[in-house]
Amino acid sequence: MAPLKSRGEGSIEAFISGAQKESVTRIAESFARLRRERRRGFIPFITAGDPDIGTTGELIVELARAGATCIELGVPFSDPVADGPVIQRASERALAQGVGVDEVLQAVARARKETDLPIVLFSYYNPLLQYGLERLAQDARAAGIDGVLVTDLVPEEAAEWIEVLHAHELDSIFLAAPTSTDERLRLIAAKTSGFIYAVSRTGVTGERAEVSAQAARLVARLRRLTDLPIAVGFGISRAEHVAEVWQYADAAVVGSSVVAEIARLTGAPDLVRRVGAFARSLLPTSELPR
Amino acid sequence: MIKGSVQPDVRGHWGRYGGRFVPETLMAPLEELTQAYDRARRDPSFQREFESLLRDYSGRPTPLFYAARLTEYVGGARIYLKREDLSHTGSHKINNAIGQALLARRMGKRRIIAETGAGQHGVATATVCALFGFACVIYMGAEDMRRQALNVFRMRLLGAEVREVDLGSRTLKEAINEALRDWVTNVEDTYYLLGSALGPHPYPLIVREFQSIIGREARAQILEREGRLPDCLIACVGGGSNSIGLFHPFLNDERVRMVGVEAGGRGDELGQHAARFNAKGGGRPGVLQGTMSYVLQDERGQIASTHSISAGLDYPAIGPEHAYLHDAGRVEYVSASDAEALEAFQLLSKLEGILPALESAHAIAHALKLAREMGRDRIIIVNLSGRGDKDVHTVAHELGQKIA
Repeated sequence: MAPLKSRGEGSIEAFISGAQKESVTRIAESFARLRRERRRGFIPFITAGDPDIGTTGELIVELARAGATCIELGVPFSDPVADGPVIQRASERALAQGVGVDEVLQAVARARKETDLPIVLFSYYNPLLQYGLERLAQDARAAGIDGVLVTDLVPEEAAEWIEVLHAHELDSIFLAAPTSTDERLRLIAAKTSGFIYAVSRTGVTGERAEVSAQAARLVARLRRLTDLPIAVGFGISRAEHVAEVWQYADAAVVGSSVVAEIARLTGAPDLVRRVGAFARSLLPTSELPR
Repeated sequence: MIKGSVQPDVRGHWGRYGGRFVPETLMAPLEELTQAYDRARRDPSFQREFESLLRDYSGRPTPLFYAARLTEYVGGARIYLKREDLSHTGSHKINNAIGQALLARRMGKRRIIAETGAGQHGVATATVCALFGFACVIYMGAEDMRRQALNVFRMRLLGAEVREVDLGSRTLKEAINEALRDWVTNVEDTYYLLGSALGPHPYPLIVREFQSIIGREARAQILEREGRLPDCLIACVGGGSNSIGLFHPFLNDERVRMVGVEAGGRGDELGQHAARFNAKGGGRPGVLQGTMSYVLQDERGQIASTHSISAGLDYPAIGPEHAYLHDAGRVEYVSASDAEALEAFQLLSKLEGILPALESAHAIAHALKLAREMGRDRIIIVNLSGRGDKDVHTVAHELGQKIA
């Protein structure tokens, strides 16, 4: 059974979905619930190990309470080419404490005891490759991870990886970009499960004053090709941005502004509570316009 | 023997190496570049223009010089130097810069970005941008800007904007990260002129093809001079463009031995060298900056910092075709230490009146060892990839001497 019921007839992925999985994952369930309730989702991103790995576990639980649909947990990497300065620095701080895949999975396992929030591992490829893909999928599943997004891995290079993920009932999430051709968007939709992460703009992660007009156009193109839920990220930094994205996408991903808030509050005894409050402030107060 | 498999597959894989490991945003521009290159490669007018610029602007063919006094000093194989140092801008980097600038113009791009380590690729890129009237931004690590101050000023004189990268180890790796971030942001109007046989497909292939002029010339020159092929080719390997450029036209000549010389730095410990094939020193297959190859890394997949006396070799990954040639056993890879390179630098200066780039001095250092073990009837060609003027400050510092 597909994670989501098709809305239209003749959906492409129904035909090419070697990628669709049999069981319904926690991620698929969450998006299905949002759609049933005609609501939109909020996906905060944090870098694991910033300010420290103990706090990461607490932040996951607090962000769940703050109304997150799902959390994206960044695995620190020495050469984050898709990231702007805010997440680069968070990554450096985490690496300085020796945080790697093992510690990230341990933090997830601890948080799992307190929350059912879907958790997506967000990583560059090399740390996962060196951990071992099969071992990673097994350990990630055991720790309570629900899906994995690899920033520098495109479907063409991911055949083995997708198989391994799906064997362990983990969602394989791929990025779609404004520069992606329709042919590529079809491939991405076919190889993705859970949700598609639509990159709002050409560029790296980081706070921006406005949501790029490229985002709505990309989501519209994707909608013609797939029924998978679509989350929009990159440059989504404020409640107004989230509200804007909610007009056309299933969820908004907020990364750098949350990570910047964590950096700003580092050292404060009530950091976790205040990051939770910041996350709540990112949720639009008005009802959805649909 | 690897005959017949010297071309990558359509997605740029040499065996398990190569490919495209990039954010999705870059997939379309990489495909656009692949198609533009494919059309250019088959277009005689492109080839004609490339060759005429190499000849009239860069001064090719570069000489193949018999190093008589060096040969006599060593007392073994006859040593020839392929004089890429005599190219316009002082290194082999200009070959690739001219080729890619022509591609950029065909693609209608007017803004060029590039990374540079030693500054040689940055200078070559700034040069072709001046020649073609392109806007030019060069990313360079803060540490490299310090040790290659002369090249920084050269780039600025040529009209390029040099952007300092003050992150991580402040060398070539960080400069490439920043160039990739610029490209992913400005894909519409920007051409990324990557300087080595590295990065995502099609760069390793494009760079190799533009640099293969080195090996094609050397092959014809040695045949004319000696009436036979050389016994051994030696080149330094940073990303691997000068070496693949020399080696590639000889790959199917089974009896030609090839040796790539990596930077041995100060020792085997991770962080002290840039020898990617040194397994004990932390080199093993991995993914960095768009390609699968041998990468210096810690046990958890974080990329290691590297050290070399020469900025151009100071990089933790190697071009994917080299990884393939290494595993296939077709090319041997060894290393030369900082000290050995420094000594070779001085020796070549005094014996032949040629100041080699510190990068190229690594190849010279290994040639001295090999020539000694080989008979006097044997022939070695060393790729003298660049000239050493840029390194005079570093060498003076290493020798404990002050110059103004």
